Amino acid sequence: MTARRINLRVNGRTVEAEVEVRVSLADFLRGQLGLTGTHLGCEHGVCGACTLIVDRRPVRACLMLAVQADGSNVETVESLGTREALSPLQQAFSDHHALQCGFCTPGMLMTLEAYLRDHPAPTREEIREVLSGNLCRCTGYQGIVDAALQAAQVRRAPA
Amino acid sequence: MSTRYFGAPVARIEDPRLLTGGGRYVDDIVLPGMLHAAFLRSPVAHGRIRSIDRSAALAIPGIHAVYTMTDFAGIASGPMPPMAPHPLLQTPITCRPLTDDEVRYAGEPIAIVIADSRASAEDALAAIALDIEHLPAAADARAAAAKAAPRVHTERESNLIATMRGTHGKVDAVFASAAHRFTESFATHRGGCHGMECRGVVASVDGPSGDLTLFTSSQSPYMVRRFLSSYLGRDESGIRVVAPDVGGGFGPKANVYPEEFAVALAAIRCGRPVKWIEDRQEHFLATTQQRDQFWTLEVACDAHGRMLGVRGCCIHDNGAYAPYGLILPATALASFPGPYALQAFDIAIDVVLTNLVPTSPVRGAGRPNTAFVLERLADGVARRLGLPREEVRRRSFVRAEQMPYVTGGKMRDGSPVAYDSGDYIGALDLVLDKIDAAGFERRRGEAAKRGRLLGLGLASCVEDTGLGPFEGASVRVTPSGKVVVSTGAASQGQGHATVFAQIAADALGVAIGDVIVRSADTSAFPLGLSTIASRIAVTAGSSVEIAARKVRDKAIKVAAQLLEVAEHDLDINDGAVHVAGVRDMKVTLATIARTLSGAAGVALPKEIEPDLAATGYFETSQLAFAYGSQACEVEIDPETGDAKIIRYVVAHDCGRLINPKLVDGQIRGGVVHGIGNALFERMRHDVSGQPLTTTYGDYLLPAASEMPDIEIHHIETPSPRNPIGVKGAGEGGTIPAAAWVISAIEDALGSRAPPITMHPVSPENILEWLKTIKA
Repeated sequence: MTARRINLRVNGRTVEAEVEVRVSLADFLRGQLGLTGTHLGCEHGVCGACTLIVDRRPVRACLMLAVQADGSNVETVESLGTREALSPLQQAFSDHHALQCGFCTPGMLMTLEAYLRDHPAPTREEIREVLSGNLCRCTGYQGIVDAALQAAQVRRAPA
Repeated sequence: MSTRYFGAPVARIEDPRLLTGGGRYVDDIVLPGMLHAAFLRSPVAHGRIRSIDRSAALAIPGIHAVYTMTDFAGIASGPMPPMAPHPLLQTPITCRPLTDDEVRYAGEPIAIVIADSRASAEDALAAIALDIEHLPAAADARAAAAKAAPRVHTERESNLIATMRGTHGKVDAVFASAAHRFTESFATHRGGCHGMECRGVVASVDGPSGDLTLFTSSQSPYMVRRFLSSYLGRDESGIRVVAPDVGGGFGPKANVYPEEFAVALAAIRCGRPVKWIEDRQEHFLATTQQRDQFWTLEVACDAHGRMLGVRGCCIHDNGAYAPYGLILPATALASFPGPYALQAFDIAIDVVLTNLVPTSPVRGAGRPNTAFVLERLADGVARRLGLPREEVRRRSFVRAEQMPYVTGGKMRDGSPVAYDSGDYIGALDLVLDKIDAAGFERRRGEAAKRGRLLGLGLASCVEDTGLGPFEGASVRVTPSGKVVVSTGAASQGQGHATVFAQIAADALGVAIGDVIVRSADTSAFPLGLSTIASRIAVTAGSSVEIAARKVRDKAIKVAAQLLEVAEHDLDINDGAVHVAGVRDMKVTLATIARTLSGAAGVALPKEIEPDLAATGYFETSQLAFAYGSQACEVEIDPETGDAKIIRYVVAHDCGRLINPKLVDGQIRGGVVHGIGNALFERMRHDVSGQPLTTTYGDYLLPAASEMPDIEIHHIETPSPRNPIGVKGAGEGGTIPAAAWVISAIEDALGSRAPPITMHPVSPENILEWLKTIKA
């Protein structure tokens, strides 16, 4: 298999790695970097579980090759808060019971993280539209919408 | 008893880990020396394998082995054990981990490739030369039931494997004397489970001991252990099965699967850990689904629209095997008569094999199907007699003063069904009030001015929950004062750890943060059954309560000796046993636990056994019946056929709420699953049994943009049948949901459109029905 050397930033750290050209960004992050917070739900770009942020934009990590991320800045769910200090968005997810099994959650968080940076005051309808590319089988979505609105508010006016 | 946590919307203790990428799902497990598996699956729905040439695959670098069933001959052979034997199934109908020479559905595992990586294993699949003779396939349950149909199993005489019957009362007499009778046929369809995590298995064999460890994304890790033990001829003590974090279950992950066995066999055969992660296409092909039931039912009612009896039959698509026995059709049958106080019923279900992936319960099991046909019949009575739909229900429902109510039906084990408590009419009236049914016609008129058709739908259900006989739990206080709850009950995201911690923390007077919950690891607790049938809060929750109360009593006994006071003067809170009214006269649970952990040469307190711990098994054969009503408004765009859900209100009674936030989550998620069944999810096959919907571009799941906000009103009627008064909440949202959406669409289309007798309903269907009105 052909491999290439890539350089990128992942969650603020510089990463240099040799990677097979056919390996997806998701498999690279999970397999080679051990960042297993990014989940694979469909591997054909519909469910959104593998969503992460590449150069400020939400990306399906199952549809992007690792070599395409060469020179990019990649942010995964591990870049948000910690268990002891959740980010406002993560805290809102817990407050509003926006997760059950937790499998789609990292993709939900990264989709919303990317959106809220550019859209600090979204409406309920806008949030539902933005989430239309992320499937969740557990929650029925309502808690996720509530959480996104709370997080937006907290980010606008931190306590 | 203090109830600081029980009943409170406590934040989940699972959340911080799952929110920060700290979940540990099967695919996150990496073992030293681990190899990766991919399955060669049948490309046809029915065929006979002539030959398999694996030489080209084995020549690919990184490929370690390609195994078929014959390669496991020295380890195990033959069909897998049936999970739920049934007297009507005289011979089990289960598959082999890898097929022998006949394949009976597209996707059936034929061979397993073992390679350095998943990608290499998948490369090798394409290099295996499979020569297969196509056999005629039975792809539609109705056709498969006919005598002349192709046999799903060539060696079986018929595809009809069982006819299940449920009868009550004097059916002929009730129908003969009824003022009105009518017959309707229904086609109900439910798709797959589609947890966002596909299935996955990691198997490894410990070199020196030969012990087998299996990590699997299962709702039933103890069943996997039990059946692996019997299949491999190994004692259970040498098999550990763990369900780590599981990304959604919804029923099908309760099955014991051929892939679990095949991966275990491969790990034993090659002596290295093996991982298999299902991809989404395989999930469509090989994870059990629910699919079709075709009903023809006759209903009898009196002159006032009171429903008296229902009779008829159903053809149930069981798929190519019956790994789960007859559980699914049996659940549909046991769901009669729902909330209706019928004088008589007689229902027959023909269980038919097809050359499609086997079926097994999906959230709600057969209950949504039965709720759909019963609710459609009730709407039909209203339509024919010109009565309000809610009035037919008020006249026909079991009334609160009839509780406990013996329905005449039988549970899956043949015992009589008796509803324990509830006010079904009350729930209906509550939901009608909350959705402002009185103001509906005004809203319909306003919508009409905008060119939209507005419909009001309603549906009700009763759900048997808390299936016995048990799910156990142990509670142990460690010498540092932490409380460890262990149970066999596996979790797939329901928040079990939080509710068990709530129960234990209240009983032992500790903070919820001091409770640690361990579950679904056969090495951590001896017994377990399955997380199915909305049973865990009732069974395991009650067992946690029982075990924690025993620990509490023991702690008080020990404290009485240590403090030299009478037991009745003691109370337990803040992690310590206190003398009531005397400040600072206390002994901490940590101290008691240390004392009972023993010290060499030091006597224990008198007549006290070591360890501040206890085990509880709440054993039950009685079910707790949850119930609810739902109402919604659907707005139809007559130009596109789009049906948009505008409002959705649920009234639900699942007894005492341990954690209202989590119950709401269960209901909302369940409702949305039901909306998927009503409007979106159809698993399509062509006439030869080839699946046509194997991506999320073809098979539509409900998305955030189409779903409504769901308003929930709880009624809390404690169940008298368990110590914590709860009823299950996992499926009540789903069960009536498809029925109400269809009820609303039918109402929107009006009485000139034909009655809607199937689901899911597509925009194309709606446009067709609108055409019939115009014509």
